[in-house]
Amino acid sequence: MKILCCISHVPDTTTRIQFSADGTQLDRTGVTFIVNPYDDFVLARAAELKEKNPSGVHVTVLCVGKNGASSTDNVDSNLRKALALGLDEAVRIDALPVDGYFVANQIAAYAEKQGFDLLFFGKESIDYNGSQVPGMVAALLNLPYISYATSIEIAGQKAVLTREITGGKERIESPLPLVLSAQKGLAEWRIPNVRGIMQAKTKPLHVLPPVEVTPRVQTLRHELPPAKGPFKKIDPDKIEELVQELANKGLI
Amino acid sequence: MSAVAVWAEVSEGRFKKSTLEALTAARTWADALGLPVWAVVIGKEVPQNTSQVLAEYGADKVIRILHPELAEFIPAAYARAMAAFLAAHKVPYAVLSQTYNGRAMAPMLSVWADGALLSGIVQVPEKESAGFRARRIAYSNKAIEWVYTDHLPLIVTMRANAIIPARAPRPSVSEEDFAFTPSAEDLRARPVGVEKVATDKIPLTEAEIVVSGGRGLKGPENWGIIEELAQVLGAATACSKPVADVGWRPHHEHVGQTGIQISPNLYIAIGISGAIQHLAGVASSKNIVVINNDPEAPFFKVADYGIVADAFEVVPRLIEAIKKYKAEHTH
Ligand SMILES: Cc1cc2nc3c(=O)[nH]c(=O)nc-3n(C[C@H](O)[C@H](O)[C@H](O)COP(=O)(O)OP(=O)(O)OC[C@H]3O[C@@H](n4cnc5c(N)ncnc54)[C@H](O)[C@@H]3O)c2cc1C
Ligand SMILES: Nc1ncnc2c1ncn2[C@@H]1O[C@H](COP(=O)(O)O)[C@@H](O)[C@H]1O
Repeated sequence: MKILCCISHVPDTTTRIQFSADGTQLDRTGVTFIVNPYDDFVLARAAELKEKNPSGVHVTVLCVGKNGASSTDNVDSNLRKALALGLDEAVRIDALPVDGYFVANQIAAYAEKQGFDLLFFGKESIDYNGSQVPGMVAALLNLPYISYATSIEIAGQKAVLTREITGGKERIESPLPLVLSAQKGLAEWRIPNVRGIMQAKTKPLHVLPPVEVTPRVQTLRHELPPAKGPFKKIDPDKIEELVQELANKGLI
Repeated sequence: MSAVAVWAEVSEGRFKKSTLEALTAARTWADALGLPVWAVVIGKEVPQNTSQVLAEYGADKVIRILHPELAEFIPAAYARAMAAFLAAHKVPYAVLSQTYNGRAMAPMLSVWADGALLSGIVQVPEKESAGFRARRIAYSNKAIEWVYTDHLPLIVTMRANAIIPARAPRPSVSEEDFAFTPSAEDLRARPVGVEKVATDKIPLTEAEIVVSGGRGLKGPENWGIIEELAQVLGAATACSKPVADVGWRPHHEHVGQTGIQISPNLYIAIGISGAIQHLAGVASSKNIVVINNDPEAPFFKVADYGIVADAFEVVPRLIEAIKKYKAEHTH
């Protein structure tokens, strides 16, 4: 069974976000980039499947991205971190991820010839929070798509999944190959062990040129949200004041 | 003829608030462009009073795409149906809401319609030079991004709670069926069952008010005050990640970077420190009340109202004060 895990390279949530003077670019200096947290769930699930059947499962990790200038902004090192979970090989498509359409086309062009049974994605990237890439890849490759998956079990050429829906869960059956995007619950996060980290250093990491695709959406600029003024302090002994404030705003 | 199409999502046999938000967005956008709004209902049958409800919120025409195989939501089948409709009528604009299903369907629709996708926008696209620009939230609530496209068709998804549904009654509404049969390929990923959780409760993603508890509440036995406050406010309940991790609360209540992202009109955080990963899921709430006994808790930095106090003392008093207010102001 061949599994593809697509991961994006995003600023750590705890870092302060700043932009270039014209607002078009993220200021990457001093920013630590991590594997998108939702993608950690799919890496962990792929590692579980691989563990159960080491010779029968082959896992490729893929990222569309360019290595940045600093050691904390390096796609290759994030790919190696993923490999350290016991996965087989990594692919980096050497291009800046301009928009969801561009990225999805890169991934689809690569995956088309590979015969993957499972194409794993996170539910969204925490940088642009677009929720675009997995569904676009599924449409481009015309594969069944299960979004917000919280579990997947595979039996032969069929999978049973659960998916988050408003107010509950849905069970879904799908033939392979399929595309899924993961939500928390798909697997427990894993931390690579020392042996995994050592082995990852020599695993194959292929750097491929992008295919030509014209992006469809462009970022004009970024703004920081207006700074919140100081909050209104409510005296716990005059709690009615809060009730009145909320009522004035039509919230109660 | 050109129009702004809107996917009128049906959930449990009715149109939810998110659908009305999408309709209101479509109406606003269509008015700016001088176009009609066509509301597209996909399914096995249409809900009762479909045309009245949709016309009330601005639809000029209701398009029904009905087929027994569309009884349940399957992203590929629904996206294919909508794409076929847009193509057949050369509709250049489509609006969906950023619900679980809207998010699943929109990227597929954008590819099959050969369109551009702006997702999670917080206001209706505005004309700019040859195309449109729109505003969206990026970097987990830490930035606002302006995006631009001049590619048509343009498909947009509206972030939940970004727009207040507004009545815009149309004098008359027409109805039309669009014939579509999903192919076997579109039906490959089939729902085989649904498990509802806590049906008596308001789903977090739709709630206008959310009452949320953190580790400061000390244990699951203390959640009574959270539940009661939520009940008097007609709110949904939520919690921080560690609270769900240790099993005090179910996982589907966990909000934040790794949980659910919400932007209700009012978020009340009780005994939650306000770690950045938590804020990533809630910071775009329109009003934030923080109750914490530590005046240095980071959550106060994003609060609109703050109460430095012991939750166990102040929350019961808040409940009483709200009850009193409601008793005095309802008849
Ligand atoms: C990769 C990653 C992802 C994460 N994702 C999430 C996420 O999605 N969501 C999330 O919530 N967290 C997430 N976290 C965890 C996050 O960093 C915090 O650890 C967590 O939010 C803290 O939860 P808490 O505020 O309930 O607990 P604490 O940090 O322990 O805070 C408890 C608060 O309660 C207050 N308190 C104590 N007693 C009382 C009292 N009697 N009355 C009033 N106040 C009281 C304290 O002053 C304190 O501020 C993530 C962490 C990582 C590393
Ligand atoms: N540049 C990228 N390279 C590889 N995979 C990506 C990239 N961007 C997004 N993805 C995948 O698509 C998912 C959803 O991302 P997005 O559509 O950007 O919100 C992510 O969780 C990743 O699995």
